[in-house]
Amino acid sequence: MGERPEFRGVAGEALRHDSALKHTTGEALYVDDIFEPAGTLYLAPGTADVTCGCILRMDLAAVREAPGVVSVLTAADVPGNNDVSPTGCGDDPLLAKSELHFHRQPVFAVIARSYQEARSAARLGKIDVAPSDPILTIDQALKAGTFVSEQRQMGRGDWQTALEDAPHHAKGTAWSGGQDHFYLEGQVSLAVPAEDGGVHIYCSTQHPSEVQHATATVLGLTDRSVTVEVRRMGGGFGGKETQAAQWAALAALAAVKTGQAVKCRLDRDDDMLMTGKRHEFKGDWHVGFDDEGRIMAADIHLASRCGFSRDLSDPVNDRAMLHADNAYFYPAVRIRSDRCRTHTVSNTAFRGFGGPQGMLVAEQMIQAIAHQVGKDPLDVRKINFYGRGTRDLTPYHMQVEDFILDDLVEELEVTSRYRQRRQEIGEYNLSSPIVRRGLALTPVKFGISFTNTIFNQAGALLHVYKDGSIQLNHGGTEMGQGLFIKVAQVVAQELQVDIDQIQITATHTGKVPNTSATAASSGSDLNGMAAMNAARTIRRRLTAFASNHYGVPETEIAFYSGRIQIGARKVSFSDLVMEAYLNRVQLSATGFYRTPKIHWDPITATGRPFYYFAYGAAVTEVAIDLLTGENRVIAVDILHDVGRSLNPAVDKGQIEGGFIQGMGWLTTEELWWDTSGRLKTHAPSTYKIPTCSDRPEHFRIRIFEAGKNPEATIYRSKAVGEPPLMLALSVHQAIVDAISSVNAYRDLPHLPAPATPEAILNAVDALRERKAA
Amino acid sequence: MQNARGRVRFLLGSQPTEVELADPNLTLLDYLRTHARLTGTKEGCAEGDCGACTVLIGEVHDQGLRYLPTNACIVLLGMVDNKQVLTVEHLGREKIHPVQQAMADQHGSQCGFCTPGFVMSLAGLQWAASCKNESTPVDRAQIDEYLAGNLCRCTGYGPIVSAAREACSAPLPESWQAHTAVAETTLRAWQNQGQPLCCTSDRGFFAAPRSRADLHTIMSDHPGATLLAGATDIGLWITKWGQRLSAVIYLGQIPELQRLVQNDEKLEIGAGVSLQDASTTLSEISPDLNRLLRRFGSRQVRNQGTVGGNIANGSPIGDLPPVLIALGARLRIASTGGVREIPLDTFFVDYGQQDLAPGEFVESVVIPLDRDLRFRCWKIAKRFDQDISAVLGAFAAKLEGGIVREVRICFGGMAATPKRARQCEAALTGQPLDHETLARARQALATDFDPITDMRASAHYRQRAAGNLLEKYFLAMTTTDLPDLYDEKTWPGLSNQSFANG
Repeated sequence: MGERPEFRGVAGEALRHDSALKHTTGEALYVDDIFEPAGTLYLAPGTADVTCGCILRMDLAAVREAPGVVSVLTAADVPGNNDVSPTGCGDDPLLAKSELHFHRQPVFAVIARSYQEARSAARLGKIDVAPSDPILTIDQALKAGTFVSEQRQMGRGDWQTALEDAPHHAKGTAWSGGQDHFYLEGQVSLAVPAEDGGVHIYCSTQHPSEVQHATATVLGLTDRSVTVEVRRMGGGFGGKETQAAQWAALAALAAVKTGQAVKCRLDRDDDMLMTGKRHEFKGDWHVGFDDEGRIMAADIHLASRCGFSRDLSDPVNDRAMLHADNAYFYPAVRIRSDRCRTHTVSNTAFRGFGGPQGMLVAEQMIQAIAHQVGKDPLDVRKINFYGRGTRDLTPYHMQVEDFILDDLVEELEVTSRYRQRRQEIGEYNLSSPIVRRGLALTPVKFGISFTNTIFNQAGALLHVYKDGSIQLNHGGTEMGQGLFIKVAQVVAQELQVDIDQIQITATHTGKVPNTSATAASSGSDLNGMAAMNAARTIRRRLTAFASNHYGVPETEIAFYSGRIQIGARKVSFSDLVMEAYLNRVQLSATGFYRTPKIHWDPITATGRPFYYFAYGAAVTEVAIDLLTGENRVIAVDILHDVGRSLNPAVDKGQIEGGFIQGMGWLTTEELWWDTSGRLKTHAPSTYKIPTCSDRPEHFRIRIFEAGKNPEATIYRSKAVGEPPLMLALSVHQAIVDAISSVNAYRDLPHLPAPATPEAILNAVDALRERKAA
Repeated sequence: MQNARGRVRFLLGSQPTEVELADPNLTLLDYLRTHARLTGTKEGCAEGDCGACTVLIGEVHDQGLRYLPTNACIVLLGMVDNKQVLTVEHLGREKIHPVQQAMADQHGSQCGFCTPGFVMSLAGLQWAASCKNESTPVDRAQIDEYLAGNLCRCTGYGPIVSAAREACSAPLPESWQAHTAVAETTLRAWQNQGQPLCCTSDRGFFAAPRSRADLHTIMSDHPGATLLAGATDIGLWITKWGQRLSAVIYLGQIPELQRLVQNDEKLEIGAGVSLQDASTTLSEISPDLNRLLRRFGSRQVRNQGTVGGNIANGSPIGDLPPVLIALGARLRIASTGGVREIPLDTFFVDYGQQDLAPGEFVESVVIPLDRDLRFRCWKIAKRFDQDISAVLGAFAAKLEGGIVREVRICFGGMAATPKRARQCEAALTGQPLDHETLARARQALATDFDPITDMRASAHYRQRAAGNLLEKYFLAMTTTDLPDLYDEKTWPGLSNQSFANG
């Protein structure tokens, strides 16, 4: 470690996470670590061991009599609306009242003196249910016609004729399983009763304003009575966007009812059983193409398992449709989307938000085309890329104006030695009977902005104290992604102060109201701009004051690292601030930002939903064992576009972390329900996210040097939260490549995701049978 | 037990601490977080599978103290009697520990929730690395091994590996050395007092006898008591299934159960020997066993779990029993009446039912060492590290003039118990290693088992993979270099190729 530079922290520096040392020393406080008010009580949800049906009778006597129990809540105790649905459509009960929709749906809640006592008592409820036959799978729901909302369609051109006219055709089905978020810190809220019947909630959530509103709705209050505070989360990944509200509202209801602080912390099993996950998708596709492998028309039908309620399934499925093109131009296309209602937990946001599932369809089509025309899939990818100024219209009629994947992929192809390795692997596979290798390069083009245009707004609050120290607050939440340090760097840049002069503070609905979820990769784009605007207001006021005070024209006043040049005079930031204070200048400012240019009509599926696109590509090499189906990722090369990075260290962390998370989704992470609809993978003993040894030693990440956002985002940076997850599609494609070596690449296997040893062995066996036939 | 102490006694950091155990079920994690208010140690899963609660347990061993990364969530507080507990708070109390500094500098934390656990595992690695008087830096394989039990959902592990490399090249902090010297004196003095622990309250008792004689006595006084070894399973009865144990007898302080004796003919492992301590010796039997033990649970689980526990627990998916059965191991079972010895495969009667009478306990396992035995074993799971086997196949046979003799094949995950493939063994015995034998043995194997479908694999896959493992065994017997997915040698030079650097 070198000496600390005198001045540190402007945008673009690879600063470490603002809490890094607090993380490593254990000082960082998460909700469950906060000192509890005296007399804090604990809440645990109670359920029935039935998948679905009508609740006939609830016998909670044993629960009430259990040691330590203070009170038991049911739907009848809800003073306001018994609903925590983010859409307000009333299909997400806080506690199930008359009907059960999925196994382990909360029916009652126990409030007890200790966490253990609450959990023990919650097991004692006797709930009589008249069970009904569950609809569990996508196919069952499609057959039964149960949906959470209407089918949506998008398209362009005469896809039918174009498809009929195409000389070559391929058809297939892309299956991808769901995924549990597996944030290391489970859902948790601590609610403390406040004055006037209100409540203050410390919550682990990506969406404080929604938790606030949902709680107010449950309590029959208005938003002003509920305050939500979030310093940090132990991971979110989309799983604490809508899914935090139920536990916060339960804790708040219990706090209001008992007049004592109440904590609701789900243990790992409850968390995995009771909260939503990534949507499982089925994507049927039919593509027509020419002799070269250029796509002429595509017809895609997506269907997803939404679970029992709507939650965010509409925007998730919209985004799947919006990414069923990935980076490829479809001259004529139809994309349909069915949102299946099933008797399973209601699926929700998860990093990528439907995008990964949509892109999987596009990549599978490309691989099938390449196989049919006898080309390397990379060559087929390239000739189908969006063009610049031509072939640039998406299926939703938005023009792609910023396409760079041609350059980016060209660079990665060379630096990863793609062609040489393709040859080496081919030779290796010829002489290796059991272990086979595979290779794939896949691109990512990911649209940035909430598709619901309203959410693309943000606020910030900046206080400069008279000693020159600064408090920064904004509507974004910190879940580990480094948002707080990035936004602080923006303020440091604008005011030219040292990063350590800026105190980062907890997200708080009392400071910045009406916030959007920290989601859709938008955190730094939106909050960075809002904070910049706040800082610029302060700077303008200080400049005007200095001009007036020192009699120097504003054009001769400039902010440099840690000082302000006022004509010939140099003044420190803190001295100028004190002088401004003494002269009664306002030193607190709000900032606001709304993303320009965007508009979207989900019904006609047209518009410009995205401000810009983020791009990247990955080359992955895998190996599989033909006898067992075991697989291993052995090398990864990534080139990713983050525009002009606000913080390259944070961005690289997002790229690598996102890739490994995507790799888990596509390989080891399998959600498994038994035939009666009980999820049996609800803890790390049965649900396997990647571990350290799954990350190959050969793992190279580079940020695309030429990257620069053509749109006027915060310092021309690009969003980076979600896009890298989809780089992991290369893992799945590489496994498919390795399997197809079984028949000397004559056949393409059908491989659902996740590619578990079982899925791979089944695919290998199916190819062998075809070979034998 | 005579002269028993009624309060759990341990060093919390460097502070001698005594605790009245009001509940024998109290876990170390709950004690740390709610009683001692040391909230740096986190609960991520309460089943020993995520490592967020990793602490270092210091214990007197051979020449000095040793520090073992352990999952606090499934350690009962009584188990740390006469030991030292180090948490993330103790590590950096005076000056930040090299691991804490490196993890921050290398961007090894994002959300930070798993970070204290990683820090403690790496502090264990850093300590172990500094004990060896070698200048070789820790390699990736060691880092992976130490981190196999720590899940991180944010970073993708790369920055953590970098931090591990950086921290392990730094010397042990001076303050650490000073503290351990003092701690060792205290722990030795405590241990030499020889008093067993017996904490009694209205919720039951937790006893830690310190001799076989004491164990017999307390077992006959409390026939229904739960025998506790490493708590890697029993801990979950408490944290996951809500059981409240009222009578717990901890076996970890009985020297007779900790013995590991080896001669030319056999290896005898005391039931209380930890899986980690047993792994070095067991690994010498076969490189496959080395691999299996490397991926058995995690470092934390192996430090805690015992050989005897993995057997006595009777699980159909424990990884040691199929292997030991294939090796021809025998089990020594003790009671006040003496010791009886049985072949290990007869111990597993049915699901949840073992050949163990009330008053009996597993004392040791005896493994014959036969150099002519051609032993191989393979474990199949969804994930390489810390996963439960979908199928585990263990194969042992001798070849006499190309003819198969003395064959023992045992599978885990294929039946309600670890079970030998008797039909398959019969089809192989006395036959040459050729295609016809393989085909017949494969057919026979299909009649040996009727596996279930569950979240780990379908019945079809289990059956198919078991047959394929048999094929693999045949290949291994007839080929010199069977390529292995998980062997770095399979990918020579791949990591070192000159790619444009990132």
